[in-house]
Formats: sequence, C-alpha cells, structure tokens
Amino acid sequence: MSAGKPYHREVTRTWWLRNPFFVRYMVREASSLFVLGYSLVLLRALWALSEGPATYAAFLAALGSPWAIALHTLALLMVGYHAVTFLAMAPQTMRLEWRGRKVANTTIVAVEYAALVAVCGIVAAAFGVL
Amino acid sequence: MAETIGIDIVRYRPEKDGEPWLQHFEVPYEPDMSVLDALLYIKDELDGTLAFRWSCRMAICGSCGCMVNGIPKLGCKTFLRDYYPQRVQLEALEHFPIERDLIAGIDDFVVKLEEIKPYIIRSDERPVAEGPFTQTPTEVDRFKQFSLCINCGLCYSACPQYGLNNEFMGPAALALLHRYNNDSRDQGRKLRQPIVNAEEGVWSCTFVGYCSTVCPQAVDPAAAINQQKVLSLVDYAVHAGGLGDSQDEPS
Repeated sequence: MSAGKPYHREVTRTWWLRNPFFVRYMVREASSLFVLGYSLVLLRALWALSEGPATYAAFLAALGSPWAIALHTLALLMVGYHAVTFLAMAPQTMRLEWRGRKVANTTIVAVEYAALVAVCGIVAAAFGVL
Repeated sequence: MAETIGIDIVRYRPEKDGEPWLQHFEVPYEPDMSVLDALLYIKDELDGTLAFRWSCRMAICGSCGCMVNGIPKLGCKTFLRDYYPQRVQLEALEHFPIERDLIAGIDDFVVKLEEIKPYIIRSDERPVAEGPFTQTPTEVDRFKQFSLCINCGLCYSACPQYGLNNEFMGPAALALLHRYNNDSRDQGRKLRQPIVNAEEGVWSCTFVGYCSTVCPQAVDPAAAINQQKVLSLVDYAVHAGGLGDSQDEPS
C-alpha cells in the first residue's frame, strides 16, 4: 500500500565502493579473469612445446622478463584469492549429512584444504618434484 | 551535562518534500540505548512527525529494519555504544521505495513471499484420524534454519542484484521456498521448480553472500539459493536427458 508518492533511489555504478564487503566481492569476481588468463598462458606453453625445442625455449625466455614476472605474481595472488574464497563458500552450496547430522561448514572447508594438499602432492610426485 | 550522541536521519515527507533530506538530532546517550530507543526518544521529545515502524523491541517482529551508517540492521538489535561518540546516520531500507522517513515500501517483497507457495503442499491428503505427520530430528534440521526468517527485509537491502533488478525473487523468498522444499511433509517441489529455474529465480543470484551476513536470524539465504541452484541444475539435466520426473508430486 503506497501513500501515493514513494521516493525511488537509484543504484549508482559505484555502489560496490561504499562497502568493503562488496569490494571484496568485486575483486573475487574479477579474479576469475586471472584464472582464465593464466589458463591461456598454460595453453600457450603447450602450443610452444608442440612447436619444438626452439619455440619452447623462446617462450621460457619470454617468461623471464620483468613484465612477465610481475604479471605472474599478480596472477598468483588473484588465483590464490579466488581459490580461498571458492573453498570458503563451497559449504553453503551443499548440505552434507553424516550419521543423521549435518556436517559442519568448518569440517567441509578443512576436508577441502586436505584434498587440495593431497592433489598438489600427487601432481608434484607425478612430475618428480617431490 | 548529560552526554549526547548525534543521530542524522534521512527524512522524506511525500506531501512536502521533492526528495529526501538529512535532519540532525542530538539524543541523550546511555550505553544500553538501541537505535530504536533513540528513534522513540526523538519521536517523543524532539520531533513527533518522524515516521518509522517498530513493534516488539526484541528482534522477532522484523519491523524496525533501516540502514544504519549504510548497513541494513534492525534498530532494536543495534546499539548506540557501538558507534558512540561518532554520529549515526539512519535511512529507510535500501532497494525499496521510501514511503515516508524511515518507512520503506516492502510490497514487492511481500508479493514475492506469496508467490513461492509458502505452505505445505500435499498430493495425497490424509485424514486427520490418521494422526500428525511425524519427523525425525534430522528431517526437522533440514528446514528449521530456513524457517526462522522474520521477514525484516534486511537481506533485500543487502542484495545488490535485487537493487539492480528487482525482478529477482530475492534472498528471503527463495530461502522460504527452500524451507518448504526441504520439509519431508511437503510434496510441492515440482510446483515451485519453475520459480527456481526462472532467470529471476536462483540464477539471478551471483553469490555476493551479504544477505547471509546481515541476516539477524542466521537464516543464511545465500546457502538456500545456492543449494537450489544445484537442484535446478539437476532438474535441467533430468529434463534435457529425457528422463522425466520421478517425483510423486502434484502436477
């Protein structure tokens, strides 16, 4: 029921700058672009590898430039932030039950990190790093 | 002289004002005063024309929600001691039209609450003589959290997606939908599925998650919506795969 003249407030384009929570949300969303960007770098590496040793060596050399190192450092931070926020939100997307009780969100996150460490270990072992 | 705290209120009187304006009040400060207490003091002692909703004073009626320094909160559950000696600015809940002063027009929210069929739907009604439906503690736990909503509307003010496009069903309505879909006595999921699957259903949510942060009852609407996304995806896969629907629900 309206008195006849309700006042409508517009949402401005800078709505997300007013609240640190929304800034973190926008950074989280923007971090997806870095996940995409780094996937393309990895694809580029595969392509260079398929072209032969000379192309791959040139690709590796290009990665040593200060710009490439700066970009990779930024990408690492953003992908890390993306991963942390992704794992933190995952429990809200599911209700898991164990023996008739809801599994606590903190337990789910702990298992996620344990799985992450395990997968990293397997990959590292497969490539002979460990 | 008693200590005072500055309260700035965004006023809007539809019969007089073209747009909202800020009015400053000085209110005697006590550490146990809530924002609602300050509003009642202003109404009684300083300016009787100030309009705001309130009822229970104990965070259960959901009437006194407003923006406190830009954050949606219940006036009765927000204490001046957390701001003193800084000023506090109050405004009607965001993303809703201002009817008058701190009163937001929440009609759209109420319509959405009704749209999601917030009641138990049965395909096989049983006679009263057969007694009540029984539920295990686990079955109750699956929906109880989502039934604690007090319809205060804070989550709609916290949701930028609703602010940008109010076609979105929004946090509280979808949390209530989730509550009924997860009730073992309910058989109406199939009837609610088109609301879930729609563009303005769960898929307008981008999981900002602020709805769950501001909720005074820890309902966690973001969890409800994102769990419904999973079910919406399953529903899509079942239909796309031509497997039909095995649910024994009313059609």
